[in-house]
Amino acid sequence: MTTSTLTPLAGSQLGNPVINIAIFAAFVVATMFIVVRVSSGRTKKKETSDFYTGGARFDGRQNGLAIAGDYLSAASFLGIVGAVAYYGYDGLLYSIGFLVAWLVALLLVAEPLRNTGRYTMADVLSFRMKQKPVRMAAAISTLLVSFFYLLAQMAGAGGLVALLLGVSDDFMQNVVITLVGVLMIAYVLIGGMKGTTWVQMIKAILLVTGVIVMSIWVMALHGFNLSSLVQGAIDHVNSVQETAGQGESLLEPMGKYGSNKVGFISLSLALVLGAAGLPHVLMRFYTVPTAREARRSVSWAIGLIGTFYLMTMILGFGAAALVGKENIDQMPGKANAAAAALAFELGGTLLLAIIAGVAFATILAVVAGLAITASASFAHDIYNNVMKDGKADPRVEVKVARYTVLVIGALSIIGGVAAKSQNVAFLVSLAFAVAASANLPSILYSLYWKGFKTQGSLWSIYGGLTSAIVLIIFSPAVSGAESSMIPTADFAWFPLDNPALVSVPVGFFLGWLGSVLSDEDNTAVSTEMEVRSLTGADAGGAISH
Amino acid sequence: MSTPSRDPEIPAQAGEDGHQNRTARLDAEQHTTSQHHPTAEDFSAVAQTEEFQQLRRRFRGFAFPMAAFFIVWYFTYVLLSTYAEDFMATRLGSSAITIGLVLGVLQFATTFLITWLYVRHANKSLDPIASQLKADLEEAR
Repeated sequence: MTTSTLTPLAGSQLGNPVINIAIFAAFVVATMFIVVRVSSGRTKKKETSDFYTGGARFDGRQNGLAIAGDYLSAASFLGIVGAVAYYGYDGLLYSIGFLVAWLVALLLVAEPLRNTGRYTMADVLSFRMKQKPVRMAAAISTLLVSFFYLLAQMAGAGGLVALLLGVSDDFMQNVVITLVGVLMIAYVLIGGMKGTTWVQMIKAILLVTGVIVMSIWVMALHGFNLSSLVQGAIDHVNSVQETAGQGESLLEPMGKYGSNKVGFISLSLALVLGAAGLPHVLMRFYTVPTAREARRSVSWAIGLIGTFYLMTMILGFGAAALVGKENIDQMPGKANAAAAALAFELGGTLLLAIIAGVAFATILAVVAGLAITASASFAHDIYNNVMKDGKADPRVEVKVARYTVLVIGALSIIGGVAAKSQNVAFLVSLAFAVAASANLPSILYSLYWKGFKTQGSLWSIYGGLTSAIVLIIFSPAVSGAESSMIPTADFAWFPLDNPALVSVPVGFFLGWLGSVLSDEDNTAVSTEMEVRSLTGADAGGAISH
Repeated sequence: MSTPSRDPEIPAQAGEDGHQNRTARLDAEQHTTSQHHPTAEDFSAVAQTEEFQQLRRRFRGFAFPMAAFFIVWYFTYVLLSTYAEDFMATRLGSSAITIGLVLGVLQFATTFLITWLYVRHANKSLDPIASQLKADLEEAR
């Protein structure tokens, strides 16, 4: 395989759009069939537990697959392969935070969460607090984090079409974003959590299989020797006239983040503490019957996610060695096209179409998980527990959840269309920062500190949330730099792209301060919560009808 | 962000201080259940037992130091990558593998190792006590 095979695709799109679309359509039809099948069984669709958690009947291995399907976004697939292809070592460095973060979930969060809650993050946060104010705070945080994440995914879908289908036309991009939104609504309304989980499991299998096959292929071309693969990438950079002598930079840290080291440390903090505070991740721990299955879920997820990121490193170096940055740069999407360009180089039109289909599937599975989480939080926390004092008719509650899905779907389509030409990649790191600053402190305090009080919980959630959002508005992510969302304005006074380095300590500090200043006495219920969290007593496992 | 003083609009079923009666709420949600719901007294009785204290010690004794270890190890790696760039870019012999790459792959390895160790610890040392206590609590009386 020589670089000459690449000439036809330089400056244009890759592969055959018709085949790309056909493979994607096949995924949609197959998953829709499965979603309809699993949801039309003997289960009563009106039950809240069915809609929110699939009746908690998944086993740990299935749920581990679904977690990986929920967590591995198109951005982490295309983005990290591209980052490794362009910056080498830095791409690997970036991906590690996304994996290591799962140890927080495994060691500290998943099992006690499963034992003390049923449907939402707020179940756990409000357990020993005054119900209404804490549920409201937790629901607001859940809705905001899920919406930031959702918006980033939807806007990204527009870019992905441009990249994979060669559609740079504004109208067609809007059509595709709308289609993604409509499919998301359909999966969630028809299948509830059960259908969503199946979509995520199928996507995870396709995605992980896809990257493993491509990685083995890349390694085979380099004699299964990582050193010669990396050397191949370096040599390729050196062989191009414009970049001759710059190959070594692939081995050097901070090529990508060079100017902003503290910003990168802040991002690392957001990643490592954020994953276990993302509401759509937390909700997945409720879809299994016991804490033991929750533990199995996380260990499966860690295996899958870790394998995935190791493979993306190989694919990134493979793209740098076999395709080359100078060729990837010619394609729409630039660095984000690295994975697609590598697929085309290895397996031609068909492999490219498969990888393109998998990337679309990835977006669908992630947005469906976000939509169901946000709708559950609105219906269960705000509608039932805050507005109806926890006495709402479960049927009405599910109906409210379904209407919420429609509203969220509509909002995300409108937001996605509006944001598609903006640089909104920072929304994902913002979602992680809010999760790490507003959610995780309260979760950890609730589970492990008996002195934690209602006031501390509210100060922590609102304080972490506000500081993260305010700081990012005044950061270079939004204004004052070429890569900002609004490059033409400059109102940035906070120097870091990611606020976690400040907002996470703020969240922990306010949680402590609000608690020690409170005279609330919740000792008895705190003891009860601790016993529940460690033993799983009365946790209500799988519900059989 | 106002501090919630004693909220006058606390639901009718909420107990003292606005803390809802957990058992009543679970019954309302989980209307298919037939098992015995332990009371607050049951829970505080179990909390006093030696078995529970042992479970708590074994869980915290493993999870907390391990969490501290991986966070320190991860940030050591991040800080080396940000402030010791030349060290991390050092090649091992004549290969293209650098110290940074090795430490990066070791992060994956330790993550897998900690997962395996924790699952083994939980299955062996935590689950038997936890299920015994759970059974005691749920036993209808």
